[in-house]
Amino acid sequence: MSLGEARQRHGRSPWNSVRLRGVALQVLLLAVIAALFYALALNTYANMASRHIVSGFGFLWRKSGFEVSFSLIPYTAEDNYVRALMVGFLNTLLVSALGIWLATALGLAIGLMRLSRNWLASRLAAGYIEAVRNVPLLLQLFIWYRLVLTPLPQASSAIILGPAALSNKGLTLPAPQFGPGVWTAWLGLGCALLLTVALSFWGQRRRERTGVKPPVVLLSLLAIIAVPVLFLAAAGWPVTFDYPVRGNFGFSGGMTLVPEFIALLLALSIYTAGFIAEAVRAGIGAVARGQGEAALALGLKPGLAMRLVVLPQALRVIIPPLTSQYLNLTKNSSLAVAIGYPDLVSTGGTILGQTGQAIEVVAIWMVVYLTLSLLTSAFMNWFNARHRLVGR
Amino acid sequence: MSASYVRASDAPLRPPPRGHAGPLAWLRENLFAGPGSTALTLGLGLLLGWLAYQVLDWTVLRAVWTGADRSACAVPGAGACWPFVWEKFPQWVFGFYPLGERWRPVLTFLIGAAALAPMLMPAAPAKRFNALFLLVAYPVIAFVLLGGGVFGLPPVETTNWGGLVVTLVVAVTGIVLSLPLGILLALGRQSELPVVRGASIAFIELWRGVPLVTVLFMASVMLPLFLPSGMSLDKLMRAIAGLSLFASAYMAEAVRGGLQAVSRGQREAGLALGLSRWQTTAKIVLPQALRISIPNIVGIFIGLFKDTTLVLVVGIYDLLGIINAGLQDSKWAAPQTANTGYFVAALIYFAFCFAMSRYALFTEGRLARTGRR
Amino acid sequence: MKNKLITLMLGAAATVAIAGAASAGTLDDVRQHGFVQCGVSQGLMGFSVPDAQNNWTGMDVDFCRAVAAAVLGDATKVKFTPLTAKERFTALQSGEIDLLSRNTTWTMSRDTSLGLKFAGIMYYDGQGFIVNKAKHPNVKSVNDLAGATICTQSGTTTELNIADYFKSHKMDYKLLTFEKNDEAIAAYQDGRCDSYSTDQSGLYAQRLKMATPDDNVVLPEIISKEPLGPVVRQGDDAWFNIVKWVYFALVNSEELGITSKNADDMKKTSTNPEVQRLLGVTSADGTAAGFGIGMGVDEGWALAAIKQVGNYGEIFDRNVGKDSPLKIERGKNALWKDGGLQYAPPVR
Repeated sequence: MSLGEARQRHGRSPWNSVRLRGVALQVLLLAVIAALFYALALNTYANMASRHIVSGFGFLWRKSGFEVSFSLIPYTAEDNYVRALMVGFLNTLLVSALGIWLATALGLAIGLMRLSRNWLASRLAAGYIEAVRNVPLLLQLFIWYRLVLTPLPQASSAIILGPAALSNKGLTLPAPQFGPGVWTAWLGLGCALLLTVALSFWGQRRRERTGVKPPVVLLSLLAIIAVPVLFLAAAGWPVTFDYPVRGNFGFSGGMTLVPEFIALLLALSIYTAGFIAEAVRAGIGAVARGQGEAALALGLKPGLAMRLVVLPQALRVIIPPLTSQYLNLTKNSSLAVAIGYPDLVSTGGTILGQTGQAIEVVAIWMVVYLTLSLLTSAFMNWFNARHRLVGR
Repeated sequence: MSASYVRASDAPLRPPPRGHAGPLAWLRENLFAGPGSTALTLGLGLLLGWLAYQVLDWTVLRAVWTGADRSACAVPGAGACWPFVWEKFPQWVFGFYPLGERWRPVLTFLIGAAALAPMLMPAAPAKRFNALFLLVAYPVIAFVLLGGGVFGLPPVETTNWGGLVVTLVVAVTGIVLSLPLGILLALGRQSELPVVRGASIAFIELWRGVPLVTVLFMASVMLPLFLPSGMSLDKLMRAIAGLSLFASAYMAEAVRGGLQAVSRGQREAGLALGLSRWQTTAKIVLPQALRISIPNIVGIFIGLFKDTTLVLVVGIYDLLGIINAGLQDSKWAAPQTANTGYFVAALIYFAFCFAMSRYALFTEGRLARTGRR
Repeated sequence: MKNKLITLMLGAAATVAIAGAASAGTLDDVRQHGFVQCGVSQGLMGFSVPDAQNNWTGMDVDFCRAVAAAVLGDATKVKFTPLTAKERFTALQSGEIDLLSRNTTWTMSRDTSLGLKFAGIMYYDGQGFIVNKAKHPNVKSVNDLAGATICTQSGTTTELNIADYFKSHKMDYKLLTFEKNDEAIAAYQDGRCDSYSTDQSGLYAQRLKMATPDDNVVLPEIISKEPLGPVVRQGDDAWFNIVKWVYFALVNSEELGITSKNADDMKKTSTNPEVQRLLGVTSADGTAAGFGIGMGVDEGWALAAIKQVGNYGEIFDRNVGKDSPLKIERGKNALWKDGGLQYAPPVR
């Protein structure tokens, strides 16, 4: 068959056109997906109708009737399910945000230790990474929960540290109560943020002119803490503290960090730190050796060379795996359900058990976590893009 | 311009460089290279020594080795409670699997190991046949052997399965089901057809965006409502289905990494030789991509193996679930019982996962050496 | 081309999803399968608990066996599905199980909006509290629990009852809920909580499993009504009637003095028309009593259930009562003529 014949054959049947075949396939695929969804919806609808299940999200506005052990916002059993879910969502955010921060710090430290020239430090870091990565997180969570809980004394013999008390009911601290003038603090925070921006411009200019870098970060931190406090003081200090009072069963009042929270935070950050350490090691390994050596040759101290030359370049390699670790940590915080920390999955599960509205609750979970995931990826992509622009 | 500095005398002689060979030199360079390093070594050494002593003390020196019930372990100051492990161990492995039928899980495991071993050795022959056996025939054989009900084997309900058997069944089935699905999704994600690509991306991101716990809850409480009436799936099967869908999204990303690593020229060359797109993908791109993705696939398997522990929140007794349930036994209630149980659980999981991660490293090294990347 | 595989696969999935056979009534399904699929708890002593060989015992389990005996003539033709608190209703709704007998409290919302129907009250229970008297010697009543941390299983009525009770008594408390009962008990024993709360029968059962049962006391108050009973799907009246009447038959047989030991003799010798009707005795003129047939099962339905499983009193005594380690008094669960609440309509 000559080439011409082949072309002719090709041209004869429209089915041989790659384009057309592609279009047909896609239409088919769409149809199948639609059929699949239709069948699922039909099944579900038929099942629910035949079983007399009332569906819809109306139940969310009913009274929840259950308490939770740990909440960032005021909540009682009188509130509705929406607020209960909100409590769980905020608890998820809290443990994830703190966990990400802790895991990053710990992971960076372990990763650098892994690269240390000191053999023992490097081996110990490797041991940590292997141990943490090869044992299931749920098991680690159980272990941490026991380790946190067992050595703590009963509430009756709590360890008192000034206004704080530590017992197996958790760490009880005085809770700040905000009076009517508290908006001044927010105003102060706003001013402080503006000041920070101004400071960074000034710092940049000054560094360009004199070569001396003023301690911008330190000054900014100081401003963020001091300015709101000053504003509050000017407003007559509308903050009081609710001190915990010892009762028959531990403490009432104040605010309590429950052991479940501490155990979950420890387990999540220690586990994720193992993965972050590996990412850090790989990232630094990807920076050409010459870069570090050149920095040292220029007279930078090893710490500065790492901070100013190697790490910024390694960051580009580190960020993608780091993003997925952050996402994993956020998703893994749902293991809270196993030790009774009231996160989104746990409170949602209670609601599911009480109302039997399985589809609605699962849908809420999925939407919330998907949104969180997409937001985190979007932020990290932006961060990544910004860093990519700086160098190369 | 005048010279500001002229050396008037010879520079002092420097001492000869220190040796770079021998154990002493090694110590000096790696452990005591300066005051900072020495302090670090000493500090970490002390920490390590203390840790090692604590573990030794608890597992051996203060441990209780024999006993019939809690009274042996409830002694003040006692360490690990080993008789608890001796008594519970068969249950940890087999769950509630009937005593007289326990040869079946053992045989299943042996067949799997026998088929897997040559698969893992690069030099062993008949890879293709072996892979086909492992991915297609073996799951069927395993389920027939374990479930029974045919060939005169008495049926054993999946609610009786438990312990390590369930962990392995869930992990292996999960990987076997998610591998083909993951490959399809990865190919779909690379497709030039927007609908196929979009659908694949949506599917992958959906599963990667949600926690496994919610997927398992969905599989356990919601999946029954999706199925047509009269059709119901076993609880264990539902969990496996959820886990497989979840894993397939991660698998797709691992395979995609491999696909991207195959140079474009390979595909172009295939097309130029007159192979169809399908042939090019199946015969040229995919085999190379899969070989490159092996370390990542093993990594996903490790993750899946660890994630099987989550089935305990939907009430399936895997290894961790059954160990956890055994801790409630009042016969063995003692301060160190739970710690002992968790310690053994951690050892078992570590042994499996560590071995697999070493294997992944080995294949990675081999790929790098043979230059097939 | 590669996309063909995807399409094929999805197509196959869709076909499977669409091609579901319309289900017949539960009774026909059970007959066809040859066993009753019964949803039980994952282990609650006295109600449904597996031993090391996965043999199940307990009141809820015995009820399933009685239904199997009545429908299939054989009390062993039953399979048990252990369910968590969350799964139980979906499992029933979806048809995975035929009957839910899992210490489930009859409440209005469950009865009316979940597509479920409660067939009777096997056990009149109420929620109670347990405390460790070694740790809290001053707690003699629930009213001493102000400010306490209470552990319980999530997704049950217990947490709602606690909230109601503590609110109406103007007491403060902290609640810690766990996905599984085992974890809640473990937290209680570790001292993370001051008290553990569940149905009082469950408290007695859990107490026996604790390391030092004598240190743990069940407080006297009962803060709620917990009528526990078997549940079936709404919309299948034939099956609902069978389950309901198996329960009534168990209660009636105790009232009439029929036991597993004397059931055969009673059928032969008893002249009491009530006994004859219950046991399906064919009268002298050859006409059948017709109660079983009217319900769609054999005439010997009640006889099989009583003979193979026992009457209500036997089931109670064997699993939670005087012949069991739990040693719970009959109390509210005594027959109505003994001052209790167990009462069944007549077979007539």
